[in-house]
Amino acid sequence: MASEYVESEDDILVTRDLKKYFPLRSGFNPFSRADKKFVRAVDGVSIALPRGKTVAVVGESGCGKTTLARVIVLLTPPTSGQIIFNGIDITKNKVSSKILYRDIQMVFQDPDSSLDPRVRIRDTVAEPLRGLIGGSDEQIKSYVNTSLSAVGLTEEQGDRPPKQLSGGQRQRVAIARAIAPQPKLVILDEPTSALDASVQAQILSLLLELQKKYNLSYMLITHNISVSQYLSDRMAVMYSGNLVEYGDTKAIMSKPRHPYTIALISSAPIPNPWKRNLLNIEIRGEVPSAINPPAGCRFNPRCPYAEGICSEVNPPLKEISKGHYVACHFVDKTA
Amino acid sequence: MQDLTIAYKTESGNLRALDHVNLAIGENQLVAVVGESGCGKSTLALSIIGLLSRPPAIVESGAIEYKDVDLLAINNTKMREYRGTEIAMIFQEPLTSLNPVYRVGDQIAEAIMIRDLRKAKHVADIPQSDFMQKTYKVNMPKISRLPRFRRRIPEELKKEIIDYLTLVRIGDPEQILERYPFELSGGMRQRIMIAMALSQKPALLVADEPTTALDVTTQAQVLKLMKELMTEVNTSILLITHDLAVASQVADRVIVMYAGDVVEDASVYDLFSDPLHPYTKGLLSCIPSGSKDETVLKPIPGSVPNLMNLPVGCKFAPRCPYVMEVCRQRPPKLVETKPNHKVSCFLYGQ
Repeated sequence: MASEYVESEDDILVTRDLKKYFPLRSGFNPFSRADKKFVRAVDGVSIALPRGKTVAVVGESGCGKTTLARVIVLLTPPTSGQIIFNGIDITKNKVSSKILYRDIQMVFQDPDSSLDPRVRIRDTVAEPLRGLIGGSDEQIKSYVNTSLSAVGLTEEQGDRPPKQLSGGQRQRVAIARAIAPQPKLVILDEPTSALDASVQAQILSLLLELQKKYNLSYMLITHNISVSQYLSDRMAVMYSGNLVEYGDTKAIMSKPRHPYTIALISSAPIPNPWKRNLLNIEIRGEVPSAINPPAGCRFNPRCPYAEGICSEVNPPLKEISKGHYVACHFVDKTA
Repeated sequence: MQDLTIAYKTESGNLRALDHVNLAIGENQLVAVVGESGCGKSTLALSIIGLLSRPPAIVESGAIEYKDVDLLAINNTKMREYRGTEIAMIFQEPLTSLNPVYRVGDQIAEAIMIRDLRKAKHVADIPQSDFMQKTYKVNMPKISRLPRFRRRIPEELKKEIIDYLTLVRIGDPEQILERYPFELSGGMRQRIMIAMALSQKPALLVADEPTTALDVTTQAQVLKLMKELMTEVNTSILLITHDLAVASQVADRVIVMYAGDVVEDASVYDLFSDPLHPYTKGLLSCIPSGSKDETVLKPIPGSVPNLMNLPVGCKFAPRCPYVMEVCRQRPPKLVETKPNHKVSCFLYGQ
């Protein structure tokens, strides 16, 4: 897929045709070369994130959204493609990981497993600071206190172990740890899906507040379309490793054009008993296996508009209006 | 269900998971119980189907009446006649409810055989077919010693199983019943669970977060299926969920729970057009809809109280924006303020 995306000088993060294939071992012989298969977890994704904005990567389980996040922070190297962070291609130029991880931080889904249960919160937040920034103990302590108070935790709570905090407070700690080194980009991997509704709202408001305060750029990985609509400026919808729709959140939410995006939006339950969208859905089937995805467009076996060509050619992303890209052969049918 | 109080015995005292809960489920009705984690909604589900292990759970007061029988008073053997057959249950994670080492078809077959066996209290009542006669005549009363058949499901059972699989909209049932659970997708597994539950022809189906482990597009399909089947097979559903949006989509009546209390009980339309309890209002304004420029979320401050250490008076008082003096002194009662709309709050009379 081409890289003629809405890129600008001001983008903090650009990925160009990013691919990540995981090789599959077939049979018991680890040296067998014949019939090498791959899981195409991320298959040619190009997105751009403007500074101080939020891009949401939306999709169901197995669509490759978490792999995309892991590739961007180089937790696993990409198979091909470019990741341009802050003007530098970090796949080619060796950037010291100290600088890279000071600028890109990540918040994970489950604070129970991303926080060390035996370490006081204060020390959990301080640990990355010691490695990435350094400084005297007093300096680090003041950084820690600033970021704890930024997420609404008291100094006294900082002396407790994670077990003594509630789920929402633990996620606040994870956010405090991420913003403490003053990063430019924070990758939020399902930051609220382990939380209750009332706590989710608190965390979402907190994220918005922090973004304004520190001019953070967010990459939000989520399966929840209403969270993505609330938080993001730009949206990238993924299906089975492919980017199927990409554009401004408002444009996509008001007029989704890819049949999968339409299905995804209409499957999200809305809290309104007079508009029972769920009972009129038409989508059938489930997400295909990434090892053996359908030929052509990955969505064609579930698509109401599918025709012959759909099972032969995987459609490229096309610009249908300014900054709104859709990968579908029959995009006119959804107009 | 009347005045039900269930507590869990712990080392540091009794933990009240359900506090004088009253609710009624009508015939062919879909009632949703909504609440956050720790509000007692799963305890409620387990108590109905009689799966609470007692101890640690203790019934402090109340009764669960099902067709004039108090399910809490009868013994375990008697309960077995209701559990599964009259009241069936679907759990959150279908992979842990299905046995991984038996084929799906065998598991449904077992469920159907148990159903037939329960109906037949005497040997003479066993369905008059060769297969059933042969299998059950010898060890009729021992349900636990059902034959585990591995190779062939008898034709007559197979036909019935296929009927149920078709009922839950499974494409090629003949193929599916030969599969093991791990070979199926999450949505497919949950459909199998529903088929298995429905094969018992239950009058009440308790569904504990049936779609939480599923993807949104699959969730939509499963919820739609449950709603359609309700009228097709004539059953009532008690849906336990943490998601108000899901409840609004399928339920007839919604019960909102908070820390073991029912705080509001109303028809789905009344609840969403005119929510009364501050907690319900708070929950509704917590659901993000629209973008950040258009909507402002009003999160409820604080978090769910520890059930070991509950506030005196109304349990929601410490987080409530409308809190009054009386709220901190005694707990409110659930009263009917409008026809078919009950709320437990001092703001509305009392």
